[in-house]
Amino acid sequence: MDYLNILFLETYKILFLLLPVLVSVAMVVWLDRRIWAFVQKRKGPNVVGPFGLLQSLADALKYIFKEIIIPASSNKVIFILAPIVTMTLALVAWAVIPFSEDFVLANINVGILYIFAISSLGVYGIIMGGWASNSKYPFLGSIRSAAQMVSYEVSIGVIIINVLLCVGSLNLADIVLAQEKIWFIVPLFPMFVIFFISALAETNRPPFDLPEAEAELVSGYQTEYSGMMYAMFWLGEYANILLMCALGSILFLGGWLSPINIYPFSMVPDPLWFIIKILFLFVLFALVKAIVPRYRYDQLMRLGWKVFLPISLVWVVLTSSYLMYFDLLPKS
Amino acid sequence: MVTASKNTVHSVFFLILDFISISCLFILIGAEFLGMIMLIVYVGAVAVLFLFVVMMLNVAQQKNQWFGATSGSKHIPVGMIVSVIIFFELMIVIGGWKLKPDLKNEFINIGTNSVTNTHSIGNVLYTDYIHLFQLSGMILLVAMIGAIVLTFRQRSGLKRQSYIRQISREKYEGVELVDVNNKEGVKIDV
Repeated sequence: MDYLNILFLETYKILFLLLPVLVSVAMVVWLDRRIWAFVQKRKGPNVVGPFGLLQSLADALKYIFKEIIIPASSNKVIFILAPIVTMTLALVAWAVIPFSEDFVLANINVGILYIFAISSLGVYGIIMGGWASNSKYPFLGSIRSAAQMVSYEVSIGVIIINVLLCVGSLNLADIVLAQEKIWFIVPLFPMFVIFFISALAETNRPPFDLPEAEAELVSGYQTEYSGMMYAMFWLGEYANILLMCALGSILFLGGWLSPINIYPFSMVPDPLWFIIKILFLFVLFALVKAIVPRYRYDQLMRLGWKVFLPISLVWVVLTSSYLMYFDLLPKS
Repeated sequence: MVTASKNTVHSVFFLILDFISISCLFILIGAEFLGMIMLIVYVGAVAVLFLFVVMMLNVAQQKNQWFGATSGSKHIPVGMIVSVIIFFELMIVIGGWKLKPDLKNEFINIGTNSVTNTHSIGNVLYTDYIHLFQLSGMILLVAMIGAIVLTFRQRSGLKRQSYIRQISREKYEGVELVDVNNKEGVKIDV
């Protein structure tokens, strides 16, 4: 009986985290389209519900009732597995994100490594989808995205090392608490910029959305997908984007900490600050999507390997030597 | 399953599943740092490249004939010999294993002190075994440079885009205003 109780409690906790994440993913898709429209002087989705807020739900309903078409020459098991893998991995990573000091599903010691590992697994969903479709466009798209995500992971990893040098712990809550005096965006501003751009590339957002560049590859790895399976790819993608925003606000914007710790600001509950920061980063993501034209593939690779990697490596050396010289290294 | 599946890409996926289970085992025995590193390095990077190569070389269509009893299984004896050799090597290595004399004390220390295992790995790796650690780093560096040298080739006659030249172009370099005389046209020197 005890065992069952624990099981129910955990399930309840997981649902309590997952449902808000899924709902906010749907809302965020609406926000994305809306911002995109405003930048281009259009109206965007504004018909369904107040301000068009229910547009995403209507879309989801449509996807659920559409027929799932599985190409005859595809590799069926892997074809069906691919969107499941994408979505599961995108949601699983939320388990370690701390919304406040004690509002977290699993406060593990290697939280940052966990997120890094899960986001590096995210590429499998795309590769599997592209390969199993057994068609040229999806295959090209998945090959591109594999190369792209692997190379931008490297620079994200080096940036994370920068932050970890200042913190001295792999625990996400410790990383946030280390920013009580000053957010890391101030001393590590160039790293924040590079992290932001790498996150764009890691989540296949424009201007780096080469895996699905519709002008060249129809829709990349998603070409053969329809109905709910397409919707799962799409939900996974946006959940990943939100995750990257959350990671950015934990690493650089002080997570749940309020900007100034005085009366009116300290009244606001911690999770709300965290959500505000995530939304701020997401609006930046959406603006970039609306403003910047798509990169060419060789430019993308050049940016990743020849620009970001050297700069972030040099910053690791700079940060560590600064910390050594002024004796600021975190003591364990 | 890695060797038994008919499709090469399926084998790679099973290999990835293997890596994931190894990292799960690490986490289960409490070595969460090693488990995560395993996941990042092997599953996140090595296996992706592996899969990449297997897909690109188009061996995916090649059927695995080892277990197709008809056309003789020539590879199996060779594989058996290799595996027996590796097994004996492992026996020799494990048989000749000596534990560090004060290792037991260190284990007890790790148990009692509340250091996380990331800290303890760092402590051991960067103090007692720093030379071996750096040596292995150097070996990897040499391997990397070797791989680059092997695949590097200078190609001539390529048109490359140079951002600096594009940005620093001035108007007078690109456009010239010419007075054209009637019925004579312009002679363009290329």
